[in-house]
Amino acid sequence: MVLKAFFPTCCVSVDSGLLVGRWVPEHSSAVVLAVLHFPFIPIQVKQLLAQVRQASEVGVAVLGTWCHCRQEPEESLGRFLEGLGAVFPHEPWLQLCRERGGTLWSCEVTHRQAPTDPSAPGEDQVMLIFYDQRQVLLSQLHPPTVLPDRQAGATPASTGGLAAVFDTVARSEVLFRSDRFDEGPVRLSHWQSEGVEASILAELARRASGPVCLLLASLLSLVSAVGACRVFKLWPLSFVGSKLSTCEQLRHRLEHLTLIFSTRKAENSAQLMRKANTVASVLLDVALGLTLLSWLHGRSRIGHLADALVPVADHVAEELQHLLQWLMGAPAGLKMNRALDQVLGRFFLYHIHLWISYIHLMSPFIEHILWHVGLSACLGLTVALSLLSDIIALLTFHIYCFYVYGARLYCLKIHGLSSLWRLFRGKKWNVLRQRVDSCSYDLDQLFIGTLLFTILLFLLPTTALYYLVFTLLRLLVVAVQGLIHLLVDLINSLPLYSLGLRLCRPYRLADKPAALQPRDAHLPPPQLWLPPQGLLGCSVPQAVLWGAHLPLEAERGQAGLRTTAQPRPALRQSGGSSAGSWPVLCGRPPITPWAWRSLGVSRCGGGQPGWPCSITGTACLGTPLGVQSTALCPPCVPRSGGPVHHSSPQVERPAGLPGGSPVALPWPGGVEGPSQDEPPRARHPPAPSAKQHPACGGLKQSLTPIPSSSPSRPGTSLPEPHGVYLLMFPGEVAL
Amino acid sequence: MEDERSFSDICGGRLALQRRYYSPSCREFCLRCPRLSLRSLTAVTCTVWLAAYGLFTLCENSMILSAAIFITLLGLLGYLHFVKIDQETLLIIDSLGIQMTSSYASGKESTTFIEMGKVKDIVINEAIYMQKVIYYLCILLKDPVEPHGIAQVVPVFQSAKPRLDCLIEVYRSCQEILAHQKATSTSP
Repeated sequence: MVLKAFFPTCCVSVDSGLLVGRWVPEHSSAVVLAVLHFPFIPIQVKQLLAQVRQASEVGVAVLGTWCHCRQEPEESLGRFLEGLGAVFPHEPWLQLCRERGGTLWSCEVTHRQAPTDPSAPGEDQVMLIFYDQRQVLLSQLHPPTVLPDRQAGATPASTGGLAAVFDTVARSEVLFRSDRFDEGPVRLSHWQSEGVEASILAELARRASGPVCLLLASLLSLVSAVGACRVFKLWPLSFVGSKLSTCEQLRHRLEHLTLIFSTRKAENSAQLMRKANTVASVLLDVALGLTLLSWLHGRSRIGHLADALVPVADHVAEELQHLLQWLMGAPAGLKMNRALDQVLGRFFLYHIHLWISYIHLMSPFIEHILWHVGLSACLGLTVALSLLSDIIALLTFHIYCFYVYGARLYCLKIHGLSSLWRLFRGKKWNVLRQRVDSCSYDLDQLFIGTLLFTILLFLLPTTALYYLVFTLLRLLVVAVQGLIHLLVDLINSLPLYSLGLRLCRPYRLADKPAALQPRDAHLPPPQLWLPPQGLLGCSVPQAVLWGAHLPLEAERGQAGLRTTAQPRPALRQSGGSSAGSWPVLCGRPPITPWAWRSLGVSRCGGGQPGWPCSITGTACLGTPLGVQSTALCPPCVPRSGGPVHHSSPQVERPAGLPGGSPVALPWPGGVEGPSQDEPPRARHPPAPSAKQHPACGGLKQSLTPIPSSSPSRPGTSLPEPHGVYLLMFPGEVAL
Repeated sequence: MEDERSFSDICGGRLALQRRYYSPSCREFCLRCPRLSLRSLTAVTCTVWLAAYGLFTLCENSMILSAAIFITLLGLLGYLHFVKIDQETLLIIDSLGIQMTSSYASGKESTTFIEMGKVKDIVINEAIYMQKVIYYLCILLKDPVEPHGIAQVVPVFQSAKPRLDCLIEVYRSCQEILAHQKATSTSP
């Protein structure tokens, strides 16, 4: 039976220690979550693991030992390691060993008890699979940490072995809170060991964001309170406010800013994305607006614009006049009714004349207005564009008026025509019955009606032509305004953060598909199907992303999956039981290929980042297919000086061991301990490199007792050794 | 243990199949496609440039020529990055899954992984492709609802398109592993 060991890539070059993780017996896979370094006190290790087990409901345990040493470990070392197995009983006991600076790994599995099943194959192969913890955790494949009515201690069963791995890693966040640079009793190495130090700016920003958000949120609430006051609800202002797109845009932006600076944390990833996208769009907006501002205000462009505006308006008015003259003549060869033509034409010409005088009246103030409008660009490009759209609307107000007149006339004419047509045929519109009924008219009614009908009919082309022309003009203006609004909407709603994340860190966008979101109780559970594009066999990054936590019930019967009475595993909850609960159980563990990207397993060869990574691993003992070694651990940032750590209880030096080499566990002796003259050091000596730690052995102040009854043979169970801990890993003394 | 043989694809081009046996439960098959031939590249470039020159003589605008050069370059880069697949690999690890990797000529790699629990079987199917009937190897995936149904068919070696003899080699090895996997999974 092949035993799969999932090993985090960040732990490839850490010092020796114990492997902490979870054993999944159904798939005979061991998921290593962290490496626990020497020295440690076994009882404290067990306490920590019990705490983690309780908090995260992941059955973490000590799985084995990890040995990263310079040369081949000696046989005594081997026995020592096996002796550790007696302190932390775990079945099977994994022993991974790597030569420092080499590429050869050795993996051994020892079973303490004889295999209960005689038919099981005797030889154990170990398959070592590397996974990137950071990517697995940062992708959102796992459920939130708090779930209602989960069952304590229940471990989910599934055939999807990799789903169990994801789930294990994702739920063990509690374990990742302390690392080897912390002042705790236990020193762990995991993905956070390298990551936490680097994000000092992010930490500062996070700390500062609290009060800043509070301040800005209160300011924004003040602004919105002012905006909601009753003055603005009265008729003229409310009407004007609803028509101007600038007000609309300002309101939008206010909403966005309120969302960004709200002091409530985002509950799930969708809200977080929304917040982040809003931030990105606001930033882009302001940046573009400031660019526009600097462009406008440089080299007196505003003056040029203002100077150019009035002639442009004049020009437009002239063109309109020419158009009307054309209409008043014989447009496109059509013969218009001369009298009506003249009336309408002169009416509209008079309007244009009014308009031009209005523009000329405004011309001295244009420059100031433009200057202030340009200043508004610092609120954002969208505000400036909305203002532009409003200005265009105001400047082309006459075209709007013409359109309204033409449309009204045309509308009246058409109504009249239809009604008189009905009269011509002897019918009438029955308002009560909402239908056309026959009706007997008098002769004079018929006469007048027919006369009017004829008049209206022959005047139709003229009115229709005016209507057509002005509607087209209006459409043109509306199209320009529509384009501007489209641009504004684009800036408002483009999810820049998600796009950037998709390009740079695609694994962070993994999320449950919509089919797996919380559903109402009455809806049937969704069927999960891969999209047809998958039939082509090409990689389907857009394939629906199945949550890794889902497949845990995959192998139960379908009936069992659909009932809500089934006992749920710890992390799933029946979708039927409550609205807003977690995704409904689904039939299978569909981890699509895309999901492997988040597995982040190291890749051989070049290629673009973030695409599904291949599995590199070893089959049984031997050469890894591709070991990607992580960077060496950065030197410790000196923490608080560190008083020398005293562990309690204080115990006296053992007499039995040579040179006071303080190793408690059944160590057969012959330890070439470090010279005990080395002064005890602080827990975190300033800037040790990763190599120095084992050399100094992390000597602690207190020493250990040796229980007098300690057996010297590994493999036997020890009495619980209180206050016993290992000072150093003997094999590394020579470093 | 490594092994390399040469086969041919359905159009007659030469393929190189490299088999690696890492262990009884882990095998890898690597198919290398014929490289981009200089002849076809020259032909396409000459066509594009002749067309551009023809346009230039019509319009007397030298921008057309530079545009043609850019188009050719960008087209070549795009082709190498998105279309031309150099090598296709199939990695089967018993008890873990099947992984298919395509590496493009520009170095880009795209990977698809299928978990072993989803794999029902690996078969050789026939298909009508243009005017030919070809054989292709495909992976059948299990249906969640129906225990004997098939949810999906995932073809393998889609750009290399090897012939039946190559497919049979791969098929035999895959079936050995699948049989081994079924045997170990049914035994407790």
